[in-house]
Amino acid sequence: MTPAIEFKSVTKTFSKRDGTVQSVLDDVDFSIPAGKTTVIAGGSGQGKSVTLKLVLGLMQADSGQILIDGKDVTRARGRVLEELRMQFGVLFQGAALFDSLTVFENVALPLRERTRKTEAQIKEMVGYSLEQFELAGHEEKYPAQLSGGMQKRVGLARAMQLEPAIMLFDEPTTGLDPVMTQEIYHLFARTQANFGFTSVIVSHDIPKIFNLADQVIILDNGKMDVFGSPEAIQWSEKPHIQEFVKTTMGDIYQSHLVEK
Amino acid sequence: MEKNFLARLGDSGLYILTDLGRMAIFLLKALRGVFRRPFRLKELLRQIHFTGVGSLAVIFFTAISTGMVLGLQGYYSLSKFGAEGMLGSAVSLTLVMELGPVLTALMVTGRAGSAMCAELGIMRISEQIDALDCMAIDPFRYFITPKFLAMLVSVPLLTAVFDVVGITGGYIAGVGLMGVNPGSYFAGMQNSVTNHDIWLGIVKSFVFALLIVWICTGRGYFVQMIRGAGFGAESVSRVTTQAVVLSSISILVFDYLITAVLL
Repeated sequence: MTPAIEFKSVTKTFSKRDGTVQSVLDDVDFSIPAGKTTVIAGGSGQGKSVTLKLVLGLMQADSGQILIDGKDVTRARGRVLEELRMQFGVLFQGAALFDSLTVFENVALPLRERTRKTEAQIKEMVGYSLEQFELAGHEEKYPAQLSGGMQKRVGLARAMQLEPAIMLFDEPTTGLDPVMTQEIYHLFARTQANFGFTSVIVSHDIPKIFNLADQVIILDNGKMDVFGSPEAIQWSEKPHIQEFVKTTMGDIYQSHLVEK
Repeated sequence: MEKNFLARLGDSGLYILTDLGRMAIFLLKALRGVFRRPFRLKELLRQIHFTGVGSLAVIFFTAISTGMVLGLQGYYSLSKFGAEGMLGSAVSLTLVMELGPVLTALMVTGRAGSAMCAELGIMRISEQIDALDCMAIDPFRYFITPKFLAMLVSVPLLTAVFDVVGITGGYIAGVGLMGVNPGSYFAGMQNSVTNHDIWLGIVKSFVFALLIVWICTGRGYFVQMIRGAGFGAESVSRVTTQAVVLSSISILVFDYLITAVLL
């Protein structure tokens, strides 16, 4: 299967003020299959969000290549970078809605700025997608007047407007209560079934998020471990993965080790 | 590991150079946005309304009180030499060449510049600017260039308003309260203020406008890259303070430089 995103020997470090260097990605290779859901998990500060920013060209890698449809995003500038970014829809951690625009204007923004559609067409499209995301009737509200879950749904509606081939989700359920979290997961499953996009979810909502995953990547101290399925993580012999499973999912998930 | 003095000095030098380079590229991108279509006329008008119309009241009160103080002080000083007739000339020259542009710029920095810095800072930390980038919408063309243009249009006009209101304030204090001859107040002004003086005031107000908008929007845009700013809401408040202080100092330094070169 052709990968949607491919990391080739990517290294990213940050230098701290005291002169030490923190390695976030250390010569990392992996690929994200098209049309599937990949979950990137790992502890706080392990560089999950940095990985997404590298994919979007919002941050520069120190070395290596990040290929999207065969084009290297680390070398892309100007128009080429814009075209690469057009393939993505992004749901940011805090939804990143524009405070000064209403719900309608937020969702209409990519259509107004990036397409030549008429105002009537935009109104129809935005109205339809607001209905899909159960936001009808909230068009004239400002982001500050919405609950966290609603803001995420507006963010998702906005990200989906240009029908992206790849959706990136940065901690989509942070700050939401369990009911809302469940609702967002259902929404993911539904929209992906409808649109068939490649999705990359960065999350620490383990193990719940694994229900959505076709592939899981665990980020730990600059290294990445790729697993074909969530179950495969539990069978890993690597001590740091076993430790990860134990701390995030509890002892019960390691019962097979006892059986062995 | 603690760095030694030389290493820290070099580190600071590198940081300052990087920061200056970043700000220079920021300025070029903002100015390039003027020539990129589509033009955002509505946003430009909104910004002009915010910076220009919104600052009118504060400019009016600053100007009238400055003019009146100048009228009283001028009268007091000039009457010692029996030269009260020169009051109009003294008030108008001081306002047109110096106080008008400088005080307008300082007031606009406090009112509109700080707001622009905080707005961009919040947009940056809440990932709104990243979101624009991800939608392949150029943040410069979208909302930074309109701020530049609005400031370049508003500050010279506000300076003109400041001058007129200030001269009227001087008239109220000098003529109305202290009894200076109204004819000599205006005649003195007409005789001494030349086109060159007015031109100097206009040049200053354009330069100050550019300094304010460049520093304030630039600091807000790069809020996460500024050393010692911290994180989150605290970083925005610190960087806004820094932007206002930097703008104010630059206005005063450039005021001297422009006067020294063009007078």
